[in-house]
This record gives sequence, structure tokens and C-alpha cells, in this order.
Amino acid sequence: METLTIKKEKATAKEDTAKQVSGSVAVLEAFLAEGVEVIFGYPGGAIMPIYDALYDYNEKLKHILVRHEQGAIHAAQGFARASGKTGVVFATSGPGATNLVTGLADAMIDSTPVVCITGQVFAHLLGTDAFQETDVINITTPVTKWNYQVTDATEIPEVLAKAFYIAGSGRPGPVLIDITKNAQLQLFGYAGYKKCEYIRSYRPKPNVRKEYVEQAAKLINEAERPFVIFGQGVILGKAEDEFKAFIEKAGLPAAWTIMGMSAIPTDHPLAVGMLGMHGNYGPNVLTNECDVLIAVGMRFDDRVTGRLDKYAKQAKVIHLDIDPSEIDKNVKSTVPVWGDCKETLPMLTELVQKKEHKAWLQRFYEYQEKENLKVIQDELNPKGEVMTMGEVIKALNELTKGEAIVVTDVGQHQMVACRYAQFQRSKSNVTSGGLGTMGFALPAAIGAAFGDSSRTTVAIIGDGGFQMTLQELGTIMQFKPDVKIIILNNQFLGMVRQWQQLFHEKRYSFVDITSPDFVQVAKGFGIPGKSISKREDLVASLSGLLNSKGSYLLEIMVGKENNVFPMVPQGRGVAEIILSKDEL
Amino acid sequence: MQKQEFTITVYTENHIGLLNRIAIIFSRRKINIESMNTSPSEVPGIHRFTIVINETEEVVKKLVRQVEKQVEVLKAYYNNNEEIIWQELALYKVPTEIIAEEVKVERLLRQHGAKAVVIRKDYTVFEVAGQREETDKLIKVLEPYGLIEFVRSARVAIIKASRGFHEKLKEFEALKPGSGLVKNEYLNKQEEVFSM
Repeated sequence: METLTIKKEKATAKEDTAKQVSGSVAVLEAFLAEGVEVIFGYPGGAIMPIYDALYDYNEKLKHILVRHEQGAIHAAQGFARASGKTGVVFATSGPGATNLVTGLADAMIDSTPVVCITGQVFAHLLGTDAFQETDVINITTPVTKWNYQVTDATEIPEVLAKAFYIAGSGRPGPVLIDITKNAQLQLFGYAGYKKCEYIRSYRPKPNVRKEYVEQAAKLINEAERPFVIFGQGVILGKAEDEFKAFIEKAGLPAAWTIMGMSAIPTDHPLAVGMLGMHGNYGPNVLTNECDVLIAVGMRFDDRVTGRLDKYAKQAKVIHLDIDPSEIDKNVKSTVPVWGDCKETLPMLTELVQKKEHKAWLQRFYEYQEKENLKVIQDELNPKGEVMTMGEVIKALNELTKGEAIVVTDVGQHQMVACRYAQFQRSKSNVTSGGLGTMGFALPAAIGAAFGDSSRTTVAIIGDGGFQMTLQELGTIMQFKPDVKIIILNNQFLGMVRQWQQLFHEKRYSFVDITSPDFVQVAKGFGIPGKSISKREDLVASLSGLLNSKGSYLLEIMVGKENNVFPMVPQGRGVAEIILSKDEL
Repeated sequence: MQKQEFTITVYTENHIGLLNRIAIIFSRRKINIESMNTSPSEVPGIHRFTIVINETEEVVKKLVRQVEKQVEVLKAYYNNNEEIIWQELALYKVPTEIIAEEVKVERLLRQHGAKAVVIRKDYTVFEVAGQREETDKLIKVLEPYGLIEFVRSARVAIIKASRGFHEKLKEFEALKPGSGLVKNEYLNKQEEVFSM
């Protein structure tokens, strides 16, 4: 097979008039043309020419030196999620590139637009097991939307334009461009940068077929118990307003997946909570009672559906998605509305009748009341001496008024935060949803703080996950993003412990994790901090955290063996959700 | 739904790495590729993959969507064996002295439509183009006479209902910004054979 067909003649023909630049400069020029402001990266041998060129771009491009390449890509993800723009990463060849893999997989499954540039050994050394050579393209193929190896600098402008276009368009995703050192050094006649808007073989969004929109509207108009479930597609499609107009006109109760959270304010009258394994009682049970299920920009993950053969079997399913391969992948749709929801939602809104489904909505409230009595009130207003994660989130809500970006890691604290955190603004819930990457939160929060500095960024992290990427405190120390860190310390790998308690006869196998003195660790990085274990200190300490100038770390000791409920145990249907372990 | 042989035809750009990108869609799901062939297509510069797998239609349909989702894939189709004309090429190396001595062998070869590609003093290479059963049969026939070497190519297939890729490509190229909208082609042709 051939390499990418690039019009090399064109470049050479203009060589006389066009200025000679290096491949490295072409990369940075591409960044400027694409509006890149921040790069998260780490230098190394094979990417040195790019870093050398960066020396002269210091004023136009901000580079954040992370402490590990995994930190760079998670930061770029956090940046993308909070800002809605594409995150950018630099890493060197070999270990630098392999350290990106977790973040690529995370960005792939959570559809986050990220462009990674990796250095590679000289083209003539490819395949010789050269120092820090690794087959990055093949390693990253399953976890990138697109990847490409550049061995000739003349390819750079066109390849970078494609990279940004592919990463950000359609269903977004990570793109990796591997550039050999010779291409970075090579001088060529630079004819300028042209943004890419079209690739013959790539259809970012299928065209909307009106007939299906009409059929969907008809089903919604005839429905007695319609129920909307939405995912990150609403946020990625920048269709929050269109979505709100749609549910408000047709009076549709709407529940979010973990990735869709914050697309509409959590206190919206039609917002009925979170779906899934640790979601709310009502939306899970009533998924199996609705007559029309309208899925918007979500992919029916197994954590949302539970057992598929017991999932919404009674309902007619309308599935709106930009990615044709998601239609009928897990749940068979009655009407597939393929397309960008920014386009399909207004078409639907136009056709649906203005309605209210008061009695149906009431059902959600009834379940909410049950959940309140059996779970929520004890979690948010505990009577015991030890603090719960829920009461911390509740106190935080009162202080942030739902205006903050909340970045969470993975585990119990993530589920509790997503269950109870309140949001007023979109792009506020940054978490590793699909991949469940522990260690995501601290670097992602750094990225989010750079992505939208107008809002407070609060990172809520468990004692386990924090220890996975705590080296990024060094990045905070050096570059001073404003990150408010809350460690919810239960002295356990809590979620695994919960499963061991519930499903493995309480055989606690390696979930008892020792932690360093986090406050001392932070202090070592020049970040002030405090540890609390008493309820009376909670509110004052949280306001201290939020009002601190710059970053701050607050460790909060919480109950060791608290469990997250409700829960749809694995292998059960969504309607078989339980509110306590006694129901198992 | 029962498993059966499906031939997946994929029209792609001609790029390094795409073979791997397509292959891992199958291996990730632990699906064995029975045969895979890459070749040029009727359109200059456009590559054509022919992939054979044994699966249910439901699975094949999902796989084809995953294939088509790849940035450098233009279009993917799947067909059962009734919907295609297909061939494989087999080569057989046998000792020449047996061919010369035993008239029977010559007759057998003729019966199976074998052609001599090379005749040397020590061995002769025959080729047979046909379907799996036919080429398999000749192995059985030649084994007693000292079949030295055997090899068979991947399947190549022509879709009976296809009108070629030129028109489809024009449709795609019409999608370039500035030109009018084309209807959703996936949905329009849902019922036709020549679609996914």
C-alpha cells in the first residue's frame, strides 16, 4: 500500500516563493491556525526538534509540562470536556507514546476530541529496534479514531488539518500523529495551512431522513408514558438548548447517563435523575414501564442497561445518534433517527405536540420519595458520627450553587458525586465514564482549569485513585492552575470492597489501602492543605478550600465501609434495582 | 439466526495501516477471518477488501457498520453466497514423472479443469480456479499420487447486484461542502441487497 497521497509537486513548485520551514514549525503553525492555546506535554529525544521550535513560540502557545504522559492526555481530556475544544498533547517516542495509551482508550470510549503528537525515531531506523522506538501506530490503532505516521515534512500541514478535523467532527475522538525525527527537522517549502473540511471517505454525520423524524414524532405524540434518556451526545453536539426545548414542549421526563450529566440543570423540573448501576430508583425502574423510550446521544452501555434481555422490552425505542454503528448495537430501535442531534432535535420539537404528562411524571416523584426515605436522607443527613461522602457533596453544592466544574475519579466517590452533585451549567461534570480510569481526576482537573478558568474546578478523588497520578501535583506547583482538590478518604478501595462485601462473602482481598499523609505530600509540592474528620469542620473547611487563593487540598475522612446504593447488581435487569443490601 | 458464510466487500482509500484497522475489528470480537483479500477495484486509486467470515447476519451487520465507521473506509457491503459470484485460486505441485507415466492422472486433472502453469522435469504445477469444494476435491484426488505442495488464495467475489462503485463515489464526492444534500443513503436503501 502507498502512503497518504499528498500533492508533493504542489509544494515543490511553490518552493521558490514559499518560505522554507521545518516540519516542527509546520506543526506549531498548524496549532496556531487551529486556535490551540494550551499544549500538555513532556519532551524527550525523538520530539526534541518540535520542542526546539516551541522555544520560539513560547508567547503564542502555552505549554504545560506534566509529570507523566498519562497526565498530559488526561489533562487534554479535561481541557476538552470543560471547554468544548480539542485538547492537544506532545509526547516523545517509545515510553512517552505508550504512556498515552490509557488516556487514548479513555478518550476513545468517552468520545473526547484530543490530538496527540508523538515523536518517532528517524525514518531510516524504523523497524530496527532503535532506542526508544516502539510501533506506536499499531499499538494505538484500536484506541484512536484515526492515526497516521508522518515520515516526510511536506505531509505535515495536510495531516494535521485532517487530524483536527477528524478529532473534533462527527462523534469526536482521539487522533494520534506520529512524526519521525527526520520529518521534524526537514526543511520544506511551506505553502501555508489550510483547514480540512472534507475527507472523501469520512462521513462525520449521516444526513437526516425526514421520514424517520416524522415517525419518531408520531410515536412521541401517541405515547402515554414517554421517557427520554440522554447522554453526552447532547453536550458534544452543543445541543443543550435544542434538547431543553424538545423535552419542555412535549413534557418529557428526562434522565441522564453519567456522561450526559450537566447538559440540563439538575434541578430542571423534567430532570428525573441519573440512569444506571448506581443511578436513581425512578429512572431505572420506569425504564421498564415507559411506552416510548427516546434515547438521545447515548450508547446503551451495559452499566446503563443492566441485563439486556430485561431492558425496556415493553417500549418502542427511538434512538437519536450521530454514529450509525450505535444504532441497534445493544438495543434494537423501533425508529432510528440518525444524525446530529443539533439538527434532529429541532426537527422533532417542531413536530411534537405541546403536552404535559403530569401523572406519569408523578410516578418518578413517587420513586424519588422512596429513594429519599431509604437511601438519600441517610446519606445526606447521616445520624452517625462518621461523615458520609454524600453529606460532603451536599455541603459543596450549597457553596458552589452548581456553578463549579466537578471532576471525579473512579469508584464510590465518583458514583456519590454524580448522584448528588448539582449542576447549573453544561460541560461541568468531567469524569471517566466508559473506561473507568482511576487516576483520571487530578490531571483532568488541571486540564479543566485551563479549559475554563472562569469557573471553579473541584476535583473529587478517592484515596486510591489519588495515589495513581499524584505526581501531577508537581504540574500544579509549577504552572498554578487553580484546582480545588477534595480527597474523600475511606481508607479502602471502596467500590471493590463493596462488591467483595456484597458478592464475595466479605472476603476483602487487597482493598485495604494505606495512604501517605496527603496534607504533607501536598505541602511538599507547595500546595496548602488540611485534613478533617469531624462534621463540625466540614462547611468551614469547604469554604476555606473554595476561597483559597490558588490550589488547595482538603482531605475528608469518611465512613470506611459505606456502600453506594441504589444498585443494579450485575446480571440483573434495571427494574431489579435494590435500595439496600438486605434486598440482595 | 444461524451462522453462515458471508462475504464482506469493503471499498477503501489505499492507506498503510488500514488492513490492521479492519482486521482488529474482527479479532477484537474473537471472530475468525476465513479469508481476506486486498486488491484494486474498478475505480482507480480505490482499494477493495474481500473478507469471508462465518457468522449470523445480525453479527455481520454490526461488524460492517464498525468497518464502515473507519475514517478511510468509503463503503462496506455484506452478502451471502447466493448474492455473489466467487472464486478462489489453488496451485498444486506434483511430480512430473507420475503425470507422464499415469494416464489416469492426466484425465483427472482435465476433469477438474486444472491447467498446467509450469512443467519441469522434476515437477509440474497445476492451477484450478473455483470454489472451495472443487479445489478441495482435487487435493483428495492428487494425494495418492504424491502431491508435493498445495496452496489456495483468498476468495475474490463479485456482487451480482452491484452496479459498480463509480456512481457511489460520485455521491460521496458530492458531499463536499458547498454542494446540495444527498439523502441519507444508509436509510434509503435499507431493503436492497446492495446495501448494509
